[in-house]
Amino acid sequence: MMLDVKWAVKWLTMCAQAMAEHRVELIELDRAIGDSDHGENMDRGFQAVLDKLAEAPPETPGAALKLTAMTLMSKVGGAAGPLYGTAFLRASTFLGDAAEVDPAALAGALLAARDGIVARGKAESGDKTMVDAWTPAAEAAQAVAAGGSGNVLAVLVAAAEAAEAGAVATDPLVARKGRASYLGERSAGHRDPGAASSALILRAAAGAAA
Amino acid sequence: MKKLINDPRSVVDESVEGFGLVHADLVTVSADPTFITRKDAPVEGKVGLVSGGGSGHEPLHAGFVGMGMLDAAVPGAVFTSPTPDQILPATLAVNSGAGVVHIVKNYTGDVLNFETAGELAQAEGVEVRTVLVNDDVAVEDSLYTAGRRGVGGTVLVEKIAGAAAERGDGLDAVAAIGDRVNGNVRTMGVALSACTVPHAGTPSFDLEDNEIEIGIGIHGEPGRHRIQMENANGITDRLLEPVLGDLGIASGDKVLLFVNGMGGTPLSELYIVYRRAAQVIADRGATVERSLVGNYITALEMQGCSISVLRLDDELTQLWDAPVHTAALRWGV
Repeated sequence: MMLDVKWAVKWLTMCAQAMAEHRVELIELDRAIGDSDHGENMDRGFQAVLDKLAEAPPETPGAALKLTAMTLMSKVGGAAGPLYGTAFLRASTFLGDAAEVDPAALAGALLAARDGIVARGKAESGDKTMVDAWTPAAEAAQAVAAGGSGNVLAVLVAAAEAAEAGAVATDPLVARKGRASYLGERSAGHRDPGAASSALILRAAAGAAA
Repeated sequence: MKKLINDPRSVVDESVEGFGLVHADLVTVSADPTFITRKDAPVEGKVGLVSGGGSGHEPLHAGFVGMGMLDAAVPGAVFTSPTPDQILPATLAVNSGAGVVHIVKNYTGDVLNFETAGELAQAEGVEVRTVLVNDDVAVEDSLYTAGRRGVGGTVLVEKIAGAAAERGDGLDAVAAIGDRVNGNVRTMGVALSACTVPHAGTPSFDLEDNEIEIGIGIHGEPGRHRIQMENANGITDRLLEPVLGDLGIASGDKVLLFVNGMGGTPLSELYIVYRRAAQVIADRGATVERSLVGNYITALEMQGCSISVLRLDDELTQLWDAPVHTAALRWGV
C-alpha cells in the first residue's frame, strides 16, 4: 500500500479535529509552564489549513504539506508556528512532486520534519520540547521502514506510539528551551505542550492511513 | 478589571488604527497583515530597520517609527510574537536596495518568526541582518534557559542603530552598531503589581499588597524572586547593583541611564528612582552623560519600572544625540 494525496488531506483534517478536541487540554498544559495560548493557536492554525485545502485542493501529498506549512507559519504565531511550519515544509520538500509515498519515503519525510524542528528551534533531546516526541517517532519509523516488511500503516503507527511515549516522558524533565525554561526546576512535573500536540499530529497521520 | 476597550479580540487592530490617525504625518498603517511603516519608506539608499513583537508594550515599537529610528514596526497579538506573513511585507516595504536590519528581542517566538521571515526575504533577494537584544540580567542561568530576554535596552538599540542607518552606514555597519549597543547595555526590572491581558481577564500573577517581584520581564511573567515591599531607594539599589556589576562599570566610565516605567507608575516616582540611581553611579566614580526617563517599553498597566545602563563611547553618544522624529521620541528637529 502507498499513501496518496487523499491520505494527506484526511491526515490534515484529522489534525484539525484533534486540535479542536484537545484545545482546552493543550491550553491547560501551557498555562502551567508557558503562556496558555498553545491550544488556541494550534486550533486556529489547523482550522485555517482546512480553509486553504478547500480553497485550492492540492494534487500531491507534498503540495498538501507545503500548503499546511505556509498556513501554520502565518496563522499560529509564537514558537509553534515556525516550528511546525518548518517541519511540514521539510517533509514536503523531501516528498517532492511524487504522487505516491512508500514506507521508505514516509520515514524519510518524518526524519526531515524532525531535522527541520531541530534546526529551527536548536533544542536537543531531553530539553522538554516537541523534539522529545519527534526524535523517537522518526527513529521508530526508520526502523520499521528499514525492516522491509513494514507497510505505510505500520510505519505511522510506530511513529505515533513512539511520539506518545516521548510526550509522556517529558513530564519529569526540567525545560531548557522555550518560555518554560525560565521556570527552571518548577517546570518539572508538567507535560510539554508541544510534545503533546506533536503526538496528536502523528496519531492523526496513522488514523488517516488506517 | 476595568479596561477602556470594546472587544478583547479587536484591541490591537483598533489601537493601531487610532495610532495611525494620530500620527498620519509620520507613519502609514497597513492592515491585513498589520504593520506600520515610516511615511517616506523606503528611504533612498538607506538601510531599513524593522522591529516588532507582541503588543502591550506601547509605545514600543510603533512609537519609534520615523526619521532617525525604525522604518517599520510589526505588532503581534498582546504578548504574542508577530508572524512571518506580517514581517515579510514590512521588510520588503522598507528595503531601498541597501538591505534591512531586523531588531529582535530574545524570546523564542520572536526569534523563530523573524528568522523565518528573514529567510523568506533573502529568498526574494533582500539582504537581511539580525540584531538580537538580550539585556535582561534577571535571567541568571542563560546556559539552561532560552537565554537573557530583550527588555529596556531594545529602545536604546533602536535609537542608536536608527541613527547609524540615517547617517548612511551600510548594512553590516548598522548591524554592528546595534550589536555594540546590546553588548554594552544591561537592564533589570521590578513589578509592584501584575498586569491583565485583555483576552485572559485575570492578572498574570498574584502579588500581595506588601510584596514586589524583582527581575520581571515585560509580559507579566514571574521574576527572579519575590520580596517584601521596600522604599524607592532600596528597590533602586536592588535593580542597579546587578546591572552595574554585570557591565563592570568602574570609575571613569560614561553611561546613559534609562529609567523606564512599566505603564502604571507615575513619572514622579520614576524621577525618585532616577535620583537614587544617578547617586549610586556617581558614587562609583562613573558619569551619567545622557538620560531617558518615561514609559517607553511597558507591560500594559503594570506598576513598576526597569533600570537600564548603557556604557557610552563618543560614537554611541553622537548617535544618541542625532535627530529623531517619531511618535514617542523626538529631538533635534
